[in-house]
Amino acid sequence: MTGKAITVTSGKGGVGKTTVTANLGAALANFGHKVVCIDADIGLRNLDVVLGLENRIVYDLVDIVEGRCRLRQAMIRDKRLPELFLIPAAQTRDKSAISPSDMVTLADDLRAEFDYILFDSPAGIERGFRNAVAPADMVLVVTNPEVSAVRDADRIIGLVEAEEKGPARLVINRIKPEMVRRGDMLGVDDILELLAVQLVGLVPDDENVLLSTNRGLPVVLDGKSKAGLAFRNIARRVMGEEVPFMHFDETGGFLNRITRLIRPGGN
Amino acid sequence: MSSKIQIKGIRDGLLITLGDGTWEEQHQELITQLRSQAGFLQGARLAIDVGGSILKAADLGQLTRELSEAGFTLFALISESPTTERSAQSFGLATRLPKPGAARTVAGSTEPDGEPALLVSRTLRSGYNLQYQGHVVVIGDVNPGAQVIARGDVIVWGKLRGMVHAGAEGDEGAIVCALDLSPTQLRIASAIAVTPKRRGKPQPEMARLVKGQVVAEVWDPKRERL
Ligand SMILES: Nc1ncnc2c1ncn2[C@@H]1O[C@H](COP(=O)(O)OP(=O)(O)O)[C@@H](O)[C@H]1O
Ligand SMILES: [Mg+2]
Repeated sequence: MTGKAITVTSGKGGVGKTTVTANLGAALANFGHKVVCIDADIGLRNLDVVLGLENRIVYDLVDIVEGRCRLRQAMIRDKRLPELFLIPAAQTRDKSAISPSDMVTLADDLRAEFDYILFDSPAGIERGFRNAVAPADMVLVVTNPEVSAVRDADRIIGLVEAEEKGPARLVINRIKPEMVRRGDMLGVDDILELLAVQLVGLVPDDENVLLSTNRGLPVVLDGKSKAGLAFRNIARRVMGEEVPFMHFDETGGFLNRITRLIRPGGN
Repeated sequence: MSSKIQIKGIRDGLLITLGDGTWEEQHQELITQLRSQAGFLQGARLAIDVGGSILKAADLGQLTRELSEAGFTLFALISESPTTERSAQSFGLATRLPKPGAARTVAGSTEPDGEPALLVSRTLRSGYNLQYQGHVVVIGDVNPGAQVIARGDVIVWGKLRGMVHAGAEGDEGAIVCALDLSPTQLRIASAIAVTPKRRGKPQPEMARLVKGQVVAEVWDPKRERL
């Protein structure tokens, strides 16, 4: 058995990469898979905070790469989800401390033991992006339904193709049905038409995300929140299930309904 | 597992048809076969039929590397899966074999007042900057944030929403055609125009300069071009 490496990235910052990584990790672990989340946003670590594991950090990713600790020593096990582990980012170093081949080696070392190896990446298209994408078997690009985020997502999708890691999959995060309805926000169809990649997630804007981040408990573990359901659905699609997309209806509520949103990926 | 691989000679080399199974199984078997018959097959040009298996660009990258290290040349990859076909195309591999007999070779070329052009068969995404000393034909979309700058004409068989500059070195006779002509900005020679909001459904349009102004008209095959 060999684990699958999945990198979560975006062009624009603040669109929800860390939130997606933490919740996808927690959901996959909750479905019984063994998962390790790796924070590759070096210098700006926060995956540990979202997962509520900050106070248990001793070693970090750079310590592993530079041989100051063994892989095991840097892995923090989530007490609520015993199948979920975190390798935190270094707080005090920058991205140049790590190379793409370090990341490939790290992923390969983890594949035998884990079902899923998730990488959270920094925003942008520089070294940090290449580090995070290098080990990926699958790349998830996160965007928000706004013009500038979609433009940057398009750029990143092109770069993912250029790194031969394509076709990328898309997560549209922070959808506000009200605003889409009023025409103040790009609709899902418009985004998919432009980006022409396969959709794996539609996540509504949900204040529970913020509340749960503050509590250090991924929202996906909250059985009732809409965002939590959306993240569980992403996990199931990543696991290979066909799950219908949430339909954001006229009244701003949502129903589960089959829509024709999946498009073939690629050029 | 018994071998289900078939190898037969075709005009351009050898056609290897893999048995059913996942790509991992097929790959394993292929490598074993090629190894065991290395002496006999050495240096062959290979076309491989993988059936319905899905190969990602990375799988194909690995395969072409392995094959070339073993002294083989892969020239075609045949598959029923569109994903695999796309991966193969991105590696410049053929995805169809010429039918025996039906194939014909193009003898030299006849050029009835034609000019060479650059053909780009992919979507140009944001950040992509294409510059060419001649005409450019894009089969795919030109997305917002992408840019095409050509000395000659620009033809987009798709949606043109990025920035395009035709006749970039001053040719005022240059044109821009697209199935959906909605560029962020369109330039011909030294004239600059932006796209007004479209009314109704997109139609193929052609833009050119008329008295120094950029004018776009719905494509009418019957009308004589200036
Ligand atoms: N679906 C959502 N609904 C509401 N807030 C969200 C959602 N997704 C992310 N956020 C908030 O947006 C902010 C940025 O998210 P984060 O995951 O840190 O982005 P990134 O890692 O891309 O910089 C955080 O405050 C987070 O709580
Ligand atoms: Mg982040």
